[in-house]
Amino acid sequence: MNKLRAFLDKIKPNFEKGGRFYFLHSTFDALETFLFVPNKVTSHGAHIRDAIDLKRTMSIVIIALIPSLLFGMFNVGYQYYKAIGESATFFEMFWFGFLKVLPIVVVSYVSGLTVEFIFAQVRHHEVNEGFLVSGMLIPLVMPVNIPLWMVSVATIFAVLLGKEVFGGTGMNIFNPALLARAFVFFAYPKQISGDMPWTYGLNEGIKTIDGFSGATPLANAAAQAIDKIPDNLTLFIGLIPGSIGETSKIAILLGALILLYTGVGNWRIMLSTILGGLFMGFILNLFAANMFMQISPFTQILMGGFLFGAVFMATDPVTASQTNTGKYIYGFLIGLLAILIRVLNPAYPEGMMLAILFMNALAPLIDHYVVEANIKRRMKRWNKSTINK
Amino acid sequence: MTKVIRLKKGLNIPLSGKPEKNWINSETAKEVAICPDDFIGIVPKPLLKEGERVKAGEPIFYHKDKPEILVVSPVSGTLKAIKRGLKRKIEAFILETDFDVEYSDKFSSINVNLLSSDDVKNFLLQSGLWVYLRQRPYNIVAMPDSTPKAIFISAFDTAPLAPDLEIILKDDEDYIQQAIYLLKRLVNVPIYVGVKEGVSSIFERIKGVEIRYFSGPHPAGNVGIQIHHIDPINKGEIVWTIRPEDLVVMGKYVIHKKYDLSRTIAITGSQLKQTGYVKTIQGAQVSSFISSENIIGNNNRFISGNVLTGKKIELNGYLGFFDRMISVIPEGNQYEFLGWAMPGFNKFSVSRTFFSWLMPKKEYIINTNYHGGERAFVITGQYEQVVPMDILPQHLVKAAITKNIDMMEKLGIYEVVEEDLALCEFVCTSKIEVQKIIREALDYIRAEMS
Repeated sequence: MNKLRAFLDKIKPNFEKGGRFYFLHSTFDALETFLFVPNKVTSHGAHIRDAIDLKRTMSIVIIALIPSLLFGMFNVGYQYYKAIGESATFFEMFWFGFLKVLPIVVVSYVSGLTVEFIFAQVRHHEVNEGFLVSGMLIPLVMPVNIPLWMVSVATIFAVLLGKEVFGGTGMNIFNPALLARAFVFFAYPKQISGDMPWTYGLNEGIKTIDGFSGATPLANAAAQAIDKIPDNLTLFIGLIPGSIGETSKIAILLGALILLYTGVGNWRIMLSTILGGLFMGFILNLFAANMFMQISPFTQILMGGFLFGAVFMATDPVTASQTNTGKYIYGFLIGLLAILIRVLNPAYPEGMMLAILFMNALAPLIDHYVVEANIKRRMKRWNKSTINK
Repeated sequence: MTKVIRLKKGLNIPLSGKPEKNWINSETAKEVAICPDDFIGIVPKPLLKEGERVKAGEPIFYHKDKPEILVVSPVSGTLKAIKRGLKRKIEAFILETDFDVEYSDKFSSINVNLLSSDDVKNFLLQSGLWVYLRQRPYNIVAMPDSTPKAIFISAFDTAPLAPDLEIILKDDEDYIQQAIYLLKRLVNVPIYVGVKEGVSSIFERIKGVEIRYFSGPHPAGNVGIQIHHIDPINKGEIVWTIRPEDLVVMGKYVIHKKYDLSRTIAITGSQLKQTGYVKTIQGAQVSSFISSENIIGNNNRFISGNVLTGKKIELNGYLGFFDRMISVIPEGNQYEFLGWAMPGFNKFSVSRTFFSWLMPKKEYIINTNYHGGERAFVITGQYEQVVPMDILPQHLVKAAITKNIDMMEKLGIYEVVEEDLALCEFVCTSKIEVQKIIREALDYIRAEMS
């Protein structure tokens, strides 16, 4: 390690102001701080600081995503072999999925990080860690059949217009990963809706066994084919067609556990989102105008990307409400809207994505009212004190 | 029945090196320094030239805008140097001390009971005792023409490694009582004392004060937090604060008729072989009470004050005027290979992102490393966890960054000073310099308002 450190120290002057490779200083800085926590010490203010930093926070989120990723890989293989009616071992299924999913992950990271590094360079910023999570989230909300160039275009779009134009990580209004998905959803709807995208090869016309449809539970529900929706346990385990990371509720809850225990994920948002979903499911049950509306609220939140969104997307601290009270409202409305959109608007079976993006836009408004309430309490006291004089 | 104000939010950082309950020998300080920066709001104008002699209690400098505010010498001796920094700003008056302290005999007798409010004010100003009164908003030295709505005293310190004030004030009951009488004569307003629940405090025997009990983690001992819960500062209102130790100086002056700044402080921190309490004088050179044999290693940070709000000094530096402790912790000026990715059994974090959560009872040696680079605000809800006030800290800090006075007022800037939000700076994932931001905002508002 000392040799590596000595080497870095030796080449460092080249990247500093006036050095030959100054134009690459952000890149060097990103690599250096990745390898070594800097030796920078406090000089004023608090002399000691919490050991946590953004790198640590982001790596915890990535660890929390790993169960979903691994299960997603396995499920890609499982769905494929199920479609063609062949039997395969656990390892064969996983390996099949691994080879299909890995390129999507790689493309997402390479495209996104390239944009990030270029922007950091131009702006003379340090490279922000935010994309490390977005880069993992994007593949997990994509269908396995997505063309790689589309992943790349969507990622670049999301990072560029979703984040960098606002000033980078911490300044963005919309969740970049969801923006990437929304981009694909509206620009290339065929690649991300219907029955074809979710099972590998289905869009290329692989031979499937009779009766195989590839429809997701949500698509079945939207088509009022309630009898085709798997039971709750199957939905919970997640061996069903869907976006790569969203199917297994076990894996998602494992991630949620990591996020909540480490304190990285916000329990207020997760809890209120789920409550909001259950509440809307219950209201729809009361009307029960069609089959979809009759589905139990629990089944509702087990279908589609609801839980994945609640745990990993809604909780993004930058785009969520920033006040504690605001977080309850924000989460509850996401849950409520997600179920409402998916049930009442058959054109958008995945209501979660739109609900979160919509609430991203409303989060500052929610915060505004929470802040106003705090101000009003202070003003009231203030006025009272003047009267007393 | 006593009502206890129970605070839940906050954080006691489990730092290693708490002051043990023993006395450590100290020498008479050969040098003493007074740093004008310790008296916030005062622009120093020297009254002495280098090389001139001064007795204890004789003025060294005055406030440029209010010449009646004097800062007097804690010792008798010679003004060795006036240390200046950038733009010739005075950083310190360094005094070489005599072996035997010679006290100024200017103000010989006072009878507290016969004095009018103006007499007390003049007495405090001329004796140099006035500068112990602090004024909020802004936490500046109190202005003589201001009228507070109340005076607040915190009788306990919850900061990391903070000394036990009951030890420091053990024999000072009479002095404190005299000072309280004096303050009562000065302004007829309530004097509130924040006392820690379950501690039998010296203040419980003092007449003329109203006791409020507090419980909870740091910053429950900060007077700013206590003001917020007892009688918060509204716009246009002024309160004064004073530290218990400074009441003792006042009381000693009244009783013994001399300006006596000798006092007990704590020497703390993981880099000391022996922590404990020492008797010294305010402003004394640190090396007079921390011997080099007592220090572990040679790459250390010396802090006058606590690790959250104190000032960086050197071993041959000086104890700050309003500090009751010296903290010695290791410097963190070394690179750490993949530090952010390691399990981190010995790294303290409020979050459970390091495996140190497996050992909840452990005390940590924490160094001065930032543990990461500065970023934009990303994580939310962290500040709220450590600020036991009805204030939205993150929004307040943002308003302070943008220098939006109107918004800062609405969000309660007058109720805080930087030390009250020091823990925000500690927990911040984005490593934002909260205290600096708040201090600059306070100075900015003060400049705009005057």
